[in-house]
Amino acid sequence: MALSSLQLEKISVHIQKYQDKPGALLPLMHAIQDDLGFVPEESFKPISKAYNLSVAEIHGFVTFYHHFRTHLPGKNILQICRAESCQAMGSENLENYCQEKLGIDYHQTTKDNSITLEPVYCLGNCACSPAVMINEEVVGRVNETKIDQIIKEARES
Amino acid sequence: MAYKIFIPRDSSAISLGADKVYQEILNEAKNRNIDINIVRNGSRGLFWLEPMIEVETPKGRVAYGPVTISDVASLFEIEFFLGNKHPLFLGITEDIKWLKNQERLTYARVGITDPVSILDYEKWDGFKGLKNSLKLSQENIIKEIADSGLRGRGGAAFPTGIKWKTVLDAPSEKKYIVCNADEGDSGTFSDRMIMENDPFVLIEGMIIAGLAVGADQGYIYLRSEYPHALKILNEAIDIAVDKGYLGKNILGSDFSFTLEVTRAAGAYICGEETSLLESLEGKRGMVRYKPPLPAIEGLYGKPTVVNNVISLATVPIIMDKGASFYANYGMGRSKGTLPIQLAGNLKQTGLIEKAFGISLRELLYDFGGGSATGRPIKAVQVGGPLGAFLPEEQFDTPLDYEKFTEIKAVVGHGGIVAFDDTVDMSKMARYSFEFCAIESCGKCTPCRIGSTRGMEVIDKIKEGTDQEKNVSLLRDLGDTMVNGSLCAMGGMTPFPVISALNYFPEDFGLEKTETSA
Repeated sequence: MALSSLQLEKISVHIQKYQDKPGALLPLMHAIQDDLGFVPEESFKPISKAYNLSVAEIHGFVTFYHHFRTHLPGKNILQICRAESCQAMGSENLENYCQEKLGIDYHQTTKDNSITLEPVYCLGNCACSPAVMINEEVVGRVNETKIDQIIKEARES
Repeated sequence: MAYKIFIPRDSSAISLGADKVYQEILNEAKNRNIDINIVRNGSRGLFWLEPMIEVETPKGRVAYGPVTISDVASLFEIEFFLGNKHPLFLGITEDIKWLKNQERLTYARVGITDPVSILDYEKWDGFKGLKNSLKLSQENIIKEIADSGLRGRGGAAFPTGIKWKTVLDAPSEKKYIVCNADEGDSGTFSDRMIMENDPFVLIEGMIIAGLAVGADQGYIYLRSEYPHALKILNEAIDIAVDKGYLGKNILGSDFSFTLEVTRAAGAYICGEETSLLESLEGKRGMVRYKPPLPAIEGLYGKPTVVNNVISLATVPIIMDKGASFYANYGMGRSKGTLPIQLAGNLKQTGLIEKAFGISLRELLYDFGGGSATGRPIKAVQVGGPLGAFLPEEQFDTPLDYEKFTEIKAVVGHGGIVAFDDTVDMSKMARYSFEFCAIESCGKCTPCRIGSTRGMEVIDKIKEGTDQEKNVSLLRDLGDTMVNGSLCAMGGMTPFPVISALNYFPEDFGLEKTETSA
């Protein structure tokens, strides 16, 4: 799907904003993703022109970092922590439960577009394992009841 | 007069419902027409009791926890705002055994103050270290830090004073202070807690570092998984600028320092200092060759101090109370205190700041209360995903950098993750390789390829294919990665793998004797 003129306009505003900033790519990509929900591949060319970098360099940068995505996610992003502390408290069962309940694997979005499921490696909530993050909200000591509630609220939002 | 009530705003406390409890208490007080003043303080770090709320009484602060919204009505019934007894009553906060048995230096204010109140910070000895430092020469600030024995708390344990001296001696017009806040190790959250619960102490530490080495610009490279810390840090930086602690001519001196937060983007490898610098420069986080050290050629090729959050946040108390005050804590060459994080399968998880020298057993049982599931603790992983797994026979090892090196383990960033006896250690070993494969920057072959080959070899051992040959291959691969990788990612991934193999061969379907190194 091609980008709307509004999206293109937004991208160009962000490009200009960080043009003179050293190390601009990190804050620039965050700004674009915060605004549009993703960093569209169509933005690579204008960025490369403005910043005097090759499209390959922009592509290499965006794809290096787990946080950046080049496709629009679902309305909500559910991240399940897969790191050791959460594993010690049963995160594997939680992963299986979520994947089965949502009918999707990691990096996929539910058919109703309500939830994108992502793995995460530590949320710094290790004293309250297992932990998940729904959008920017961390939830601790997650069990099936809590995850049901999170999914329900996400679907209704 | 309004009753003073404290409800934490730490993100772990919020993850257990602190914001909802706050809202409920606010509503209930309004309905009952009771005049209360709520302070959103930091967390004391007793996470099995969070959300833990406190009330100021003439005898001191008293605590209640863990409080859920369904407890709020009954708390008001017994007039908890007067400090009255309730089933959730924990007594005087300072007298709770977990807190009483700690030595909180870096964490002196955490949980007590309102994190973004600069008045609170100043009242609780804040900026005293900076004021002392402004009266000293650069050499004397660095001498104080060196004499304190402070070593890098990120995990590498390199002496902070030596690093600073190298940057001071490097001739350059421009130098940088970079705070490594890319706390990616599972089982660790002490950086997050400092940033969310006492952000000014980190800011003060960075200003002192800048003063000591002659740097006028600082960056906090913060992991993107910490949105809450981002908000609080930015709020605190704005306040510090407003009050003249950051910016031009700090406190009337001729020293100027600016500070900003840069959001990382979810790459574990960017916790490695050279990869972090690449990332800050707007590139892929590929590890650099060393030398040159970042202290000589760091950010944009300029001399750069790269320190962990806890290292920097410990600087103010050293400059306030003196090097010998700090160095009097600890054992051997591990001076001072370490914020230890108890995580995983434990009854009582949280933050404990203790002098070096405490044993794992004391931490796991006296503080941790044993496993959460009530089953025996089979293994603990200390120092994050690159740290060794340790069995019960090692639990008496004192927490000390050198003692841990002797048993081929690391203290690292002080995270301890406990597993009960249901854990399959071959699965954990395989996961270590899997994590390395996901997070490797790909620059060096042992890490990029070795991690994937490692998973395959473990699978073969578990299937029972040529076990003897494959065990020897696994050890050989570990050796190649340890000695041939460019950085700690590939160089330390074999630590958890080989320790799991050595201590728990039965989980790999092997006899104990087959595996001894």
